[in-house]
Amino acid sequence: MTVLVYAEHDNNALKGDTAKLISAATQMGGDIHVLVAGSDCAGIAEAAAKIDGVAKVVVADNEAYGHQLAENIAELVVELGKDYDHIVASASTTGKNFMPRVAALLDVAQISDIIGVESPDTFVRPIYAGNAIATVQSEDTIKVITVRAASFDAVGQDNSAPVEASDAVKTSEKSSFVDEQLTESERPELSAADIVISGGRGMQNGENFSLLEGIADKLAAAIGASRAAVDAGFVPNDMQVGQTGKIVAPQLYIAVGISGAIQHLAGMKDSKVIVAINKDEEAPIFQVADYGLVGDLFDILPELEKSI
Amino acid sequence: MKILVPVKRAIDYNVKVRVKADYSGVDLANAKMAINPFCEIAVEEAVKLKEQGVATEVVVVSIGDKSCQEQIRTALALGADRGIQIDTDEKLDSLQIAKLLSKLVEKESPDLVILGKQSIDSDNNQTGQMLAALTGMPQGTFASKVDIDDNKVKVTREIDGGLQTVQLDLPAVITTDLRLNEPRYASLPNIMKAKRKPLDVMPAADFGVDLSSKVKVLKVNPPAQREGGVKVDSVAELVDKLKNEAKVI
Ligand SMILES: Cc1cc2nc3c(=O)[nH]c(=O)nc-3n(C[C@H](O)[C@H](O)[C@H](O)COP(=O)(O)OP(=O)(O)OC[C@H]3O[C@@H](n4cnc5c(N)ncnc54)[C@H](O)[C@@H]3O)c2cc1C
Repeated sequence: MTVLVYAEHDNNALKGDTAKLISAATQMGGDIHVLVAGSDCAGIAEAAAKIDGVAKVVVADNEAYGHQLAENIAELVVELGKDYDHIVASASTTGKNFMPRVAALLDVAQISDIIGVESPDTFVRPIYAGNAIATVQSEDTIKVITVRAASFDAVGQDNSAPVEASDAVKTSEKSSFVDEQLTESERPELSAADIVISGGRGMQNGENFSLLEGIADKLAAAIGASRAAVDAGFVPNDMQVGQTGKIVAPQLYIAVGISGAIQHLAGMKDSKVIVAINKDEEAPIFQVADYGLVGDLFDILPELEKSI
Repeated sequence: MKILVPVKRAIDYNVKVRVKADYSGVDLANAKMAINPFCEIAVEEAVKLKEQGVATEVVVVSIGDKSCQEQIRTALALGADRGIQIDTDEKLDSLQIAKLLSKLVEKESPDLVILGKQSIDSDNNQTGQMLAALTGMPQGTFASKVDIDDNKVKVTREIDGGLQTVQLDLPAVITTDLRLNEPRYASLPNIMKAKRKPLDVMPAADFGVDLSSKVKVLKVNPPAQREGGVKVDSVAELVDKLKNEAKVI
């Protein structure tokens, strides 16, 4: 048995999620090969070769893969992956974009967003925004799987697997990259941070998020938001935590001015410790919070920043 | 330009779901059902394109038993022109749905297919991408902005790092994210009008698609419950607990 793991990266650096995917792949059994597809991505292939448990890295370095266009990546993965037993990618917006195409082209189902591996063909995944947990078994010859990286612990980085180049070039004429606006931030990435502090509608506007920034700086925390805060234009979309945003499971999650709708809880309720700051003592967020502080966030946040 | 909008009947997003006592699934008996929120956004986008004179016809399709006609009627009340129910009693996976839709695309030849990015029950996020692959169409997933220009469409996509814009040749598949638009409410006169709009029923068996799934649900469990925590009285107490009890800062 062999597992093909699709490396998550942004052409500059390998994402930490990849070592978590390897951890999931290890539980599926067999040799693990990693595919790095990108443009100018030799350094990323080297980084992938260091991950424990990896038997081989295949690198497809071509402009066609620079922006991870689903049409091109899917064709590549189908060509390279058709003899594998499992094809695994992160349930990131990249993996979610191309993997169902891979599954359809291979005429197999996709198992989305798994949080556990019971056996090589049986997987655990949340449904209904995490309000139910399904155990599913696949009889497909190739299992196409996206993994919720936050549910797996990263493996170590003490390996030196061989790196092999693939010259497969897949370019679709029907789709092209126009541009992107990426959020630049000095802070740790939301899905990788040990501490996350998120603001909701209660923050009232974008400027007030500076109240969270001071605290985030002191704690080396990432900043997140509820959908209401994103919809209202306080902060950009990539900060949304929840069913349709990012799924986080940090050591500490601090929810400020967030009511605790099920769609928000779906993105953070696996955090180790949850703190809720809300002026409404009936807010549902308190039902999942380890520590709740009832009060006005505009009084609490400056005091909190001073006392940590 | 013709737009096809597949919609799914799903549990209303406000309903708190419960797992059945025998762990065989989620208890949907008497649960309030609705159009999946992302599909509703897809309908709204198609109707807006028609109002702007870009589209000429909006066709909605739902796959399921007779009950999904309710959601088709809702979409018609929101402004779609006609509906199709692909009739089946079976619970299908995304791949089977995508195969049925790809056959319908052959019949209807839409210039654009707009779907919700995921349904809030199975949370799969697959159907649009699979349909695109099966029909050879390019895809613009998780769309927060759609601009049609002649025979091309520019789609701004919500991605983990921010926003990405791609340009696709038509025909194309688009899946909607939450910020693409805010769906309107159907007015009473439009709800009445929708009752008279055409709704065709096509048996799924006539599509020549193998509807069996290779994925079995073995069991469905409730999630692990979090222990209720404590309320603290002050910032000082909170910081003390985080430092000395939870040891996370
Ligand atoms: C299909 C679908 C998907 C969704 N996906 C997501 C998702 O991924 N993520 C997500 O977050 N939501 C999602 N939602 C939206 C979700 O249902 C809620 O609407 C949203 O989470 C509410 O955000 P909020 O808690 O910031 O706002 P509100 O519910 O308005 O809560 C604001 C809270 O702030 C408190 N507050 C106000 N002022 C103060 C103050 N001065 N001091 C202290 N507290 C204050 C209030 O007491 C209140 O509890 C989704 C919804 C749908 C239908």
